Amino acid sequence: MLSSFTSETTALLEVDGLKRYFDVSPPVIERVLQRKERAWVKALDGVSFAIRRGETFSLVGESGCGKSTVARCIVGLYRPSAGRIAFDGTDLAQLKTRRAMAPLRRRMQMIFQDPYASLDPRWRVRSIIAEPLVTYGLVARKTELRERVAELLRQVRLSPADGDKYPHEFSGGQRQRISIARALAAKPEFLVCDEPTSALDVSVQAQILNLMKDLQREFGLTYLFISHNLAVIYQISDRIGVMYLGRLVEVADTDQLFARPRHPYTRLLLETIPRLEAADGAGQDREPVAGEVPDPIDPPPGCAFHPRCPFANERCRSERPELLPAPDISQTGGALVACHAVAEGRLPAPNTPKRG
Amino acid sequence: MAAEPLLRVEHLRIEVPTRRGTLVAVDDVSFSIAPGEVLGVVGESGAGKSLTGAAIIGLLEPPLRIAGGQIVFGGRRIDNLPYEAMRRVRGKEIGAIFQDPLTSLNPLYTIGQQLIETIRTHLDLGMIAARERAIALLSEVGIAGAAQRLDHYPHQFSGGMRQRVVIALALAANPLLVVADEPTTALDVSIQAQIIALLKRLCRDHGTAIMLVTHDMGVIAETADRVAVMYAGRIAEIGPVRAMVAEPHHPYTAGLMQSIPRIGLRRERLQQIDGAMPRLNEIPPGCAFNPRCPEVFERCRRERPGLMPAPGTEAACWLYAAATADRASPANIVDRRRDDKTLC
Repeated sequence: MLSSFTSETTALLEVDGLKRYFDVSPPVIERVLQRKERAWVKALDGVSFAIRRGETFSLVGESGCGKSTVARCIVGLYRPSAGRIAFDGTDLAQLKTRRAMAPLRRRMQMIFQDPYASLDPRWRVRSIIAEPLVTYGLVARKTELRERVAELLRQVRLSPADGDKYPHEFSGGQRQRISIARALAAKPEFLVCDEPTSALDVSVQAQILNLMKDLQREFGLTYLFISHNLAVIYQISDRIGVMYLGRLVEVADTDQLFARPRHPYTRLLLETIPRLEAADGAGQDREPVAGEVPDPIDPPPGCAFHPRCPFANERCRSERPELLPAPDISQTGGALVACHAVAEGRLPAPNTPKRG
Repeated sequence: MAAEPLLRVEHLRIEVPTRRGTLVAVDDVSFSIAPGEVLGVVGESGAGKSLTGAAIIGLLEPPLRIAGGQIVFGGRRIDNLPYEAMRRVRGKEIGAIFQDPLTSLNPLYTIGQQLIETIRTHLDLGMIAARERAIALLSEVGIAGAAQRLDHYPHQFSGGMRQRVVIALALAANPLLVVADEPTTALDVSIQAQIIALLKRLCRDHGTAIMLVTHDMGVIAETADRVAVMYAGRIAEIGPVRAMVAEPHHPYTAGLMQSIPRIGLRRERLQQIDGAMPRLNEIPPGCAFNPRCPEVFERCRRERPGLMPAPGTEAACWLYAAATADRASPANIVDRRRDDKTLC
């Protein structure tokens, strides 16, 4: 937990002012003939956060908020349009060649959402897990390779004999274990997990979440965990960043975020999760907040959330709020919020629903 | 609850013939839905919940076929109706909502054309009256500027708005029952809450019953009156949603409830059910859940349990058979419940 972190704990990963724009312009001919303008989707528009060694930092938000783009920028699947990503003090943009990148890449691995798409159906599980070992030259002999693969399979609670099978012989949960074994093969310190349980059934999801927690303890792993499911995020995270339309709107410790949500969007998210407790009749008749996520090509000026926000005023419509420490810092434990209403203290106290 | 249920599904059996023999995808499933009632059907992927829904609306894709049992709707058997007769029932008396609104809407027609066609197929209305009804339906499902939006194509709507259009389509002919298969799964949480609230309000206003098929127990808890939990093509437990959440009886239901992460209830580890649901060709004899069951005993491996009364619900589990003296005395069932409570 966070209290165990001392001030000298360094950040393993620092993301500063990360931007990633996607070009969605009409074809050149239409731009010339019909005078159409170039268009950009600002998938990430200035995202900054730091992940401490050994913690689980989660990003949560609705589809299109940019959480997966963050993950892809960090592991190098996308090149950032602007901003800096530093892993263990090294700026990733400085590493120009694959060769220079390799030692750092080994230390960060990724687990994807869909275990059906992320495993090559024509490879035996043994070869899938062995690939990073071979690529990074981590084993010298064939017998050593075989032993290491067996060890990895055991670590994800599969049997070494499963290495001879093909991915289609496994269920979704078992496939996700194989993905985890492959990610662990290179002995990474940092795992980027993009919706790792979203394609799984609940009872299997519990198995994978437990396994990830066990592995984190065993190997001292640091996680960036991405999900749209707040209950999963609650279960696994130490700290959480809430994203809306390419920006972070709130960053806080898990307990803080759920007990005292600051940003109106965080409150909306917390209020809309379907809860088991609603079966008592208590939550069955709440009227949900109206509105939808706006078009990312043409986001609203000022605070992107203002069209749906019950507390929006003139300033919210024109001036973009920065991510700042929440004013009542003694109670927040360093929560960061991007909201004028919070900064000005004109937001009523959150009506925290009773839970548990 | 009314004496005569709106829908009765009796001993439904759905088979898939394959080269290596016939697989049973839905096996001896029975339940009923009262007029105006919301029945949730929950289960893992492959549990047979969507197939049961598809069988009711007569849209089982061959080679899947109903191999036994019957479906009685409003006192009339509908599982053996010829295609054309079933077409008149579907849409008029039973509406359907699917997971992905894009696949239920034709991209080449405006939503107005699709709504009006549906209305005129099932109701005896002229063009102008049908258009008026379409506009009324669209505004009822919360689409602003309904008269203009009628002439828009599906791609001009957002995901949440499209699902509203699909709901309008399903309710166009005032059906008595709507089969909704994962209606909110493709949507974001804040939109999901809007759609659930809408569906509930509309069905309450119109007195429409809903069969809500989903894997999300939270959605069921918010919406349903009763819930059926399916496992490996069979109903494991069925009962009022409140009893099911507070005090599940089947070990599978109990494990399922415990494995759902809950906000405000931080545990170092979630309780997990080891293993996975068996594939259709590997369903064990006796109770399908027996290899994963923490409470398993001799009889479970031998004999398949039917639904039997458990306190507040009905569970297909030998723990609740009156005659099971060999293992579960009532005393240790009560003990187990108490342990679960302290865990919560």
